[in-house]
Amino acid sequence: MAVNVIKPGLSTTVQDLGRPGYYNIGIPLSGGMDRLALKAANLLVGNKEGTAVLEAVFMGPELKFAEDATVAVTGAELPPRVDGEPRETWTSFKVKKGQTLSFDFLKKGARAYIAISGGIDVPVVLGSRSTYTLGALGGFKGRKLEAGDKLPVGKGRGAKEGRTIPEKLRRAPGAPAELRMLPGLYWHRITASAGKHFFEDTWKVAPEADRIGYRFRGGRPLEFVPREQPFGAGSDPSNIVDACYPYGSIQVPGGTEPIVLHRDAVSGGGYFMVGTVVSADMDLIGQLQPHTTARFVEVTMAQALKARKDQAKLYEKLKASL
Amino acid sequence: MKTRYSYGGDEHIFVECDEEMSLEAFFKSLSMATAIKKAKIKGVTEICPANASMQVKFDPDIIKPSDMLKELKAIEKAAAKAKPIIKSRIIEIPVLYNDPWTHETLMRFRERHQDPKSIDIEYTARINNLDGVDGFIKAHSGAPWFVSMVGFVAGLPFLYQMVDRKRQIQSPKYLRPRTDTPKLTVGHGGCFGCIYSVRGAGGYQMFGITPVPIYDPNQKIKHLKDFMCLFRPGDIVKWKPIDREEYDATVAAVEKGKFKLKMKDVTFDLSEFKKDMDGYNAKLMGALNGR
Repeated sequence: MAVNVIKPGLSTTVQDLGRPGYYNIGIPLSGGMDRLALKAANLLVGNKEGTAVLEAVFMGPELKFAEDATVAVTGAELPPRVDGEPRETWTSFKVKKGQTLSFDFLKKGARAYIAISGGIDVPVVLGSRSTYTLGALGGFKGRKLEAGDKLPVGKGRGAKEGRTIPEKLRRAPGAPAELRMLPGLYWHRITASAGKHFFEDTWKVAPEADRIGYRFRGGRPLEFVPREQPFGAGSDPSNIVDACYPYGSIQVPGGTEPIVLHRDAVSGGGYFMVGTVVSADMDLIGQLQPHTTARFVEVTMAQALKARKDQAKLYEKLKASL
Repeated sequence: MKTRYSYGGDEHIFVECDEEMSLEAFFKSLSMATAIKKAKIKGVTEICPANASMQVKFDPDIIKPSDMLKELKAIEKAAAKAKPIIKSRIIEIPVLYNDPWTHETLMRFRERHQDPKSIDIEYTARINNLDGVDGFIKAHSGAPWFVSMVGFVAGLPFLYQMVDRKRQIQSPKYLRPRTDTPKLTVGHGGCFGCIYSVRGAGGYQMFGITPVPIYDPNQKIKHLKDFMCLFRPGDIVKWKPIDREEYDATVAAVEKGKFKLKMKDVTFDLSEFKKDMDGYNAKLMGALNGR
């Protein structure tokens, strides 16, 4: 079975739950930025939770189906249409052989997950079908979709149509988005007052926001604790001897614009980091549009682990609802 | 050297072996990474050694962060006893210094550089008191470099020159990072050299380009058939200055599958190296050249 790409959208890539185990040589996890939405889309169509889907950013693709399939669209509010007829998001629906799946303009969020029964059947590379565009690895020929591509789709009966996830189980960022973070790493490099206003200020998502990382601007610059720079670090006070970057870590080059690294993170570099966004809030970042507002909220490890538990519980409820 | 631990959110522990770069700090990071791998701690998903630090990623549903921290601290004590000796490979990488492609790129981003009137290689030669471009090439290619980290992007080696600290080339990163760097650019930032494995953003000074691919996701290139990334921590790189003619010939040879990477297995012993760096390097070169 295949799906033909009529229009690719802005940046549509094949993603699953990622490729752990190669970060030590600079190959990042990749996979859906909003993992909960990705898993939900798969469950709706009757796939296993980690099956490969399409992640569409800001704009949907136009796809022509060569066989019947069950489809679900979750994550961002990107309303689907089948041969022009509107369909609900977060709800399974059928697409028949020869029909075309298209999308309206984005209403909310940033990334939609399009699951097709049987899953996108591109080759598994280093244990995953996810696309790592920067390294031209995995996914469909290591790149985003282009018009004319023929996407292979696996065999799968597909669940029935009309299966839906209740609205209260669809997690989305608020306005401003509250990103919980655990201070640490090189937090000691900034002054106490800088540490205070980092949390007080409201930040805005910059246009440079992609799978590698999300840049924020608009808050006050961070002042550094003076020091003689260690050998090998470089002369700027925001420089460190190049080190590993955790997923979700917040680096602030020059002390001005925080960058939160995401699923296609650069694995290391020479900028200091003030802490790390908790694992439970990583999905939310994937749904932030440029120019929307966000705040960083300080939490303890106990609170971070509680947030992780809550996220897991939400997923359990979501599964139970089907 | 004082080890510092920090949580990186609920899924990572970051271990800084030292604030400043040294081969001692690198070996501490590497021996910790090796010991953690050996310990096979349940829940660990990534072990990433870096220049003077390292990082572990784990699943906090399987092992509590506080327990993970205890494990790492216990391992640090054992790892401290490890001898700084590593099975390594010395690899010759040809470089066309001052090439037209990095030159075009550095001119395009000139306003982001410390010295817009100069070019990266001349600027770095000047601030390191080297005798122009020729003096720079002599210093840069004169002694081998140690791969002290692999990362940033797929397969990119961070390189630390195996000379006295006072002879090490140092150069700042661009004032603002570029949005473009040619693939296989030989770069430098702080005390670290690098080879950009893919085209993309970058902030390091650009000195030249190598015709030898170091990353191939399709694993078609001869020396990347076993694995898509060439480098691993502990490898040793020796630059070989080449001219345009040899550059073109090497590119053609790589394309035809006829290029053979010059590489020899060696053992690196930090204590021996420190006793006589130049002498030790001469022996490494002898091994590379089959003497």
